[in-house]
Amino acid sequence: MSVAVGRTRSSTREVARERDEVKVRVAKHRGPAIRTAISAIVIAVWCLLPFYWMIVTAFRDVGFTFSTDAWPSHVTFDNFTTAFSTSLGNHLGRALLNSLFIGAVVTVVGLLVGTSAAYALARLDFKGKSVIAGGILAASMFPGVALITPLFQLFTNIGWIGQYQALILPSISFVLPLTVYTLTSFFREMPWDLEEAARIDGCTRVQAFRRIILPLAAPAVFTTAILAFISSWNEYLISSQLSSDATQPVTVAIAGFQGSVPHQEPYTAIMAAGTIVTIPLVVLVLIFQRRIVAGLTAGGVKG
Amino acid sequence: MAVTLPLAKSRKKGGLNEAHGRWAFYLIVPTGILLAVVIGYPVISAVIMSFQKDAGLDKATGLFVAGGFAGLANYAHWFLQQCTTAAGTSACPPGNIGAVFWEAIGNTLFFTVCTVALETVIGVWMAIIMNRNFRGRALVRAAILVPWAIPTAVTAKLWYFIFDYNGILNHVLGTHIIWTSGAWSSRFAIIIADTWKTTPFMALLILAGLQLIPEEVYEAASMDGASTIQRFFRITLPLVKPALMVAVLFRVLDALRMYDLPAILTGGGGGTGNSTTTLSILVVQQIRQGFNSASALSTITFLLVFLVAFLFVRFLGANVVQTQAAQQRGELK
Amino acid sequence: MKPTRLAAVAGIAVIGLALAGCSGSSSSGSGGGDAASGQDSRGPITYVQGKDNSNVVRPLVAKWNAAHPSEKVTFKEQSDQADQQHDDLVQHFQAKDANYDVVDVDVVWTAEFAAKGWLTPLTGKMKIDTSKLLPSTVATATYNKTLFAAPQTSDGGLLYYRSDLIKTPPTTWDEMMADCDIAKQAGIGCYAGQFAKYEGLTVNTAEAINGAGGSILAKDGVTPTVDTAAAKKGLQNLVDAFKDGNIPAEAITYQEEQGRTAFEAGKLLFLRNWPYVYSLAKTDGSSTVKDTFGIAPLPGDTGIGASTLGGHNAAISVYSKHKATAHDFLEFLESNETQSFFATQGSLAPVVASLYSDPTLVEKLPYLPVLLKSIQSAVPRPVSPFYPAVTGAIQDNAYAALKGSKTVDQALKDMQAAIKAAG
Repeated sequence: MSVAVGRTRSSTREVARERDEVKVRVAKHRGPAIRTAISAIVIAVWCLLPFYWMIVTAFRDVGFTFSTDAWPSHVTFDNFTTAFSTSLGNHLGRALLNSLFIGAVVTVVGLLVGTSAAYALARLDFKGKSVIAGGILAASMFPGVALITPLFQLFTNIGWIGQYQALILPSISFVLPLTVYTLTSFFREMPWDLEEAARIDGCTRVQAFRRIILPLAAPAVFTTAILAFISSWNEYLISSQLSSDATQPVTVAIAGFQGSVPHQEPYTAIMAAGTIVTIPLVVLVLIFQRRIVAGLTAGGVKG
Repeated sequence: MAVTLPLAKSRKKGGLNEAHGRWAFYLIVPTGILLAVVIGYPVISAVIMSFQKDAGLDKATGLFVAGGFAGLANYAHWFLQQCTTAAGTSACPPGNIGAVFWEAIGNTLFFTVCTVALETVIGVWMAIIMNRNFRGRALVRAAILVPWAIPTAVTAKLWYFIFDYNGILNHVLGTHIIWTSGAWSSRFAIIIADTWKTTPFMALLILAGLQLIPEEVYEAASMDGASTIQRFFRITLPLVKPALMVAVLFRVLDALRMYDLPAILTGGGGGTGNSTTTLSILVVQQIRQGFNSASALSTITFLLVFLVAFLFVRFLGANVVQTQAAQQRGELK
Repeated sequence: MKPTRLAAVAGIAVIGLALAGCSGSSSSGSGGGDAASGQDSRGPITYVQGKDNSNVVRPLVAKWNAAHPSEKVTFKEQSDQADQQHDDLVQHFQAKDANYDVVDVDVVWTAEFAAKGWLTPLTGKMKIDTSKLLPSTVATATYNKTLFAAPQTSDGGLLYYRSDLIKTPPTTWDEMMADCDIAKQAGIGCYAGQFAKYEGLTVNTAEAINGAGGSILAKDGVTPTVDTAAAKKGLQNLVDAFKDGNIPAEAITYQEEQGRTAFEAGKLLFLRNWPYVYSLAKTDGSSTVKDTFGIAPLPGDTGIGASTLGGHNAAISVYSKHKATAHDFLEFLESNETQSFFATQGSLAPVVASLYSDPTLVEKLPYLPVLLKSIQSAVPRPVSPFYPAVTGAIQDNAYAALKGSKTVDQALKDMQAAIKAAG
């Protein structure tokens, strides 16, 4: 970070202090409205168009899988029936619950563990900090494909194969480096003067963290939570080997979809399942969306 | 608030360090244990295995026999493309996956540079747009998460569909491009699919960083008469840089291990046969053919990623390790 | 082996493979010692197979259990992805699991598992009668001159053709190429198979080479023989067809499903594919060729060509404690009744030759007589413990030749060397 930026930041602080509150920027900075609107539409279309194609395919009769009609044609709900058909061996319903459960645990535990490590890295002085930070980063560099065999052997030995904890533990480890680094970077940008002030007012370090810093960090924490949840939601490699029929997440369930005869690829059912899997996420995001904004506006120095 | 600065200045280093050390220990231990079990242990066992020979056949019985200690042979196999058979050691012929090593390194680096650069630029743009106040903002923010929320395997199938010769893309464009066949068109297809899938990740992280920038900074800059572009390069970019660098760093680490998209879209093919083969695809192919040699390749991949990350942190300032003290000094300057 | 699935499940592949590799260093060929134990003992056993989608195995197991109350079979259903099944088997073999008594293995895994010492040789007391079986299916289960598994189901390539445009299907490659003028007049592509870089390309390359009288490996199952004139002619056929447009350029991306779609859309005169296409082309809503296609054996050099074989074999684990029961169960799987049931219930091609002309079966699966011709002359894929490396060597070099980035001579020379380097 350049000196210039350091100056900018400290001058910022002064301005904020004058106003006696830290106002975080909530998008009041307007570009020309029309350009913004066009950009927003471009973004939405770029992101949604392939998804649209997925939905169209999901509702298409399997006999017309490769049809290129831009609009829904040969509409059928069969693919969704297929996706949930336990008699065909597609346990998508169960898998959805598994994924939600695993994702929730991974997110909560991952954030608890990650936040504490990030706080230590961003906020505390101690020996070996660089080594620890480097180690956490290095942990995310090994090709995932090479981790499975040793993990399988380890979990077999302790009887964890097919259990939820065998899926949750690796998933937490995969999101941790990202969680720690993201939060560390955010924490370093926080106005820590507030924490110090709170401690002078008689708060303990934990209290100060909880009442002052956490609300301020809410947007970053929620963002990180989304990242962690989606990362866990998308995890496939480890789960495909370490899960059982009862604990398999959606990714494994979808990959296991089978056509009615050998060699046939049930694309339409895969797309139907993909649609189903995406919707809870979008709903979650819409909910989180409010929390992020709420976290931002409610943050300030109220605590 | 005014009391803060004197306090920071008057810190007593020694005592604080001790207290900090104890706190830090408790705070970091859970992370350490998790990473050691799930990642540290497999990595170490892979490194050990990389010095063992893969099992060979006993000609008389037709059964596999253990290979024994290999020294650096597995590494020589990759770096020097030496294949060892009963007849002796010779250069690996095309079609042996050892011969693909350097091409795979090139492809991997190429994909990494292209996808991360594209995703950064587009991600910053998306974040800036989403940080503005407009009607339907919540919907746009939800929309950008759609690509990312779709499991990768399904995404790959979806793009496989789109890039199919008889697929929608050729239909819409009115072209007859065999996307997954040409060296450049197949790479292009993978870059597009990857950019679509992971730009939201960048945008989200950058957005969270943008939201930490106080409005006053912009107000002050506006008063000084800064243009939009000046504001972007002088204020937004520097202030969002820490968050951006973390996002870029993690995307680079991910991109260097790219597997699913090329595996499903092209099977590593295209061009002369291996134009989209990445290191991870090579690892997967090799695991089938011999785990010890694959361990060596995993270790090489690990070292490559490590090297890139190191250069990144060292020269591009993705420094998350910066000490509190240094930060304080910087601020007080 | 289901080539279509390979790409999709590539992610999973990783895993199994990892385990397979490890086993190499630990098994040290010691497994064979266990093969002799338990050959006389009887008792409950477990049969392990991939997902039973068309509900074939459960009724069979119920039937067996009714007849053998003291030697009941438990069905352990694996995932439905080939690679996961492979990995699951490897893991249990490595753990010397006595509960995996009879296992269903893909034809291309048989040699690997046998070489690891995990499969009981079907010799002596374990011998099964293979005289009624199709010889090529027996060859897929034979490693090092020893039968290690019982052929269970088969699969072979067929030539689908447009019966409204072609009166008599070609029997040789040259005849088929001559018919391509008809395709040109009709404004459609002439021929396609599976040419994307995946397992299907190995299948198609092997068929081209075998069909022209060449071979991938010599009789010893180890020495590569792709640098011969016959092999060259086979690969050259495919390369030339690509070059002069008889195979449409986009076919370089085709796996099974793209070829099927193109054929059903009326865009191809000839298609090499598996029997599964037959019923789909007759029933798919989008199929424009419902009543206007026929099937024939694959064309060869001077007559019927040589299909590559798919399918599965059943093997007895060396760690099984009730091998006598397991052996009887294998014979039960080979019986005509069971084989018919596989065909009628699961659309799985039988390994018993006589069933291909069984009237009730033919009524249900009209392609059987043609498939028989294809399978009779079929050649197994290389039965090698290093199959992944062998198939890689074939795919890489054949792909380069088809794309014209390597001459056929160079491709075959490299293929020869790469197969040799495989082990």
